[in-house]
Amino acid sequence: MDLNEIRRQFPVLDQQVYGKPLVYLDNAATTQKPLCVIDRERDYYLHENCNIHRGVHYLSQMATEAYEQARRTVARFINAKESHEIVFTRGTTESLNLLATSFGTESGKWKVENSPLSTLHSPLKVLVTAMEHHSNLVPWQQMVQRCGGTLLVAPMDDRGVLDLQAYEELLKQEPTIVAIAHVSNTLATVNPIKEMIRMAHQYGALAVIDGAQSIAHIPVDVQELDCDFFVFSGHKMYAPMGIGCLYGKTEWLEQLPPYQFGGEMVDRVSFERTTFNKLPFKFEAGTPNVGAALGLETAIHFIESLDRREVAAHEETLLRAAIDRLSAIEGMRFIGEAPERSGLVSFIIDGIHPYDLGTIIDKMGVAVRTGHHCAEPVMTRFGIPGTVRASFALYNTLDEVETFVKAVNRAATMLR
Amino acid sequence: MTIKEIQSQIIEEFSMFDDWMDRYALLIEMGKECPIIDDQYRNDQYLINGCQSRVWLHAELKEGKVYYTADSDAVITKGIIYLLIKVFSGQTPQDILAADLSFLDEIGLKEHLSPTRSNGLLSMLKQMLLYAEALSGNA
Repeated sequence: MDLNEIRRQFPVLDQQVYGKPLVYLDNAATTQKPLCVIDRERDYYLHENCNIHRGVHYLSQMATEAYEQARRTVARFINAKESHEIVFTRGTTESLNLLATSFGTESGKWKVENSPLSTLHSPLKVLVTAMEHHSNLVPWQQMVQRCGGTLLVAPMDDRGVLDLQAYEELLKQEPTIVAIAHVSNTLATVNPIKEMIRMAHQYGALAVIDGAQSIAHIPVDVQELDCDFFVFSGHKMYAPMGIGCLYGKTEWLEQLPPYQFGGEMVDRVSFERTTFNKLPFKFEAGTPNVGAALGLETAIHFIESLDRREVAAHEETLLRAAIDRLSAIEGMRFIGEAPERSGLVSFIIDGIHPYDLGTIIDKMGVAVRTGHHCAEPVMTRFGIPGTVRASFALYNTLDEVETFVKAVNRAATMLR
Repeated sequence: MTIKEIQSQIIEEFSMFDDWMDRYALLIEMGKECPIIDDQYRNDQYLINGCQSRVWLHAELKEGKVYYTADSDAVITKGIIYLLIKVFSGQTPQDILAADLSFLDEIGLKEHLSPTRSNGLLSMLKQMLLYAEALSGNA
């Protein structure tokens, strides 16, 4: 793995901010895009742009075929059984809103009689974990409030490890759905989702996995995991913004009511009634972001062009080096110390507000995230206003980790 | 001193430093000198919530002049609060409402008042002006 060669594919990294070389460690928020992805989207608009699934003309057919090929590539990437199990969305948040809205339609009418859905537990109960991003919490919370359902929360310990015994106790309350982050965006915890999915099924619940923070780092096989739904965003895996996916097992997607209406998602329409298109089009109302979908396909090819085990080892080296070097700083407190972590490190320093630290190291060219990272209940759980979070991608270097740690050290000295 | 004179003094103090680190060191020092709100006002009623840092603000009118006290949980935010209070506190509501705030730009700290920082400072400034407006009725 030639890091210099890889970095040449990410021109945005090669710049100075405040006269210092940019050190970009905010990859959990969004990753940068390689030239091949940028070129793919540009080429689409230069040569192929057309609305899809409608025209009989040449361009429209080409664009439709490219878009459907992108869907097949995503299906292969996460090993979905069928490509119609991949619904293109704007991202993780929209995927989760789609699910929460569809399940929450008209207070339980989703439970179509004699369908697989009718076997699910009702009234609606959704079990989330204490470490969820707001996007995997608020849609469910609002849905159960709308439908008179219940939200259950699986607790975690001080290291940020879920309590599987408590999780099992909550499963006995017969939730309809469990919604779990594969990797926590604040704590870096890699949750044992395979086991948690198995347990959910044992108690008759469906399992929704939020893969926003795992998709770029951990190979995902949805059939092996046996999850019912898996959602992720393109922009956190080197693809453009505005494209993401909802994977769902055919049996569930077929039964669920549509989320938005209009455009290509219909079958027949009269003023009295509408019948809906087949999967996956039923869930793709309106003109999709075709260019971004093609960019996502190219991002997948980019990821696959590298040795994923080598990439994972490199990212692990960066993470371990950061943790190791940061722990020498006086007053360092890591937020999230699970044995299995991925992609990021979150911390606070005694007596120093994360906002102050982030502001000072920004001036040294280091881009990290500060604040609650859209996971306020996690901050409340640890009794802190926020954390500083450094998150890594495959193009980061050990030198950058070194610059980052030096910057934190200097800032801490200034702020004490 | 007038608002304009105080601002000139601040600009002069910051202009002694060319390096941003020294300017921030000065700002942090100012922030540390700034436990300037009475404990009874450091509660939710006086809280201005930013996404990143929190700010508490109180104002009262004494002999026709507005006196502000404020605090924050972040020290850089506190440093800016210190400057705003130094400029505004003890001035008449009319002078406060008419004041020009370009001094923050001149000392290179304007970015902290950007709405995208969500540190509570912009809301605090708006609140300071609202207090001045409300209190001007009593002047």
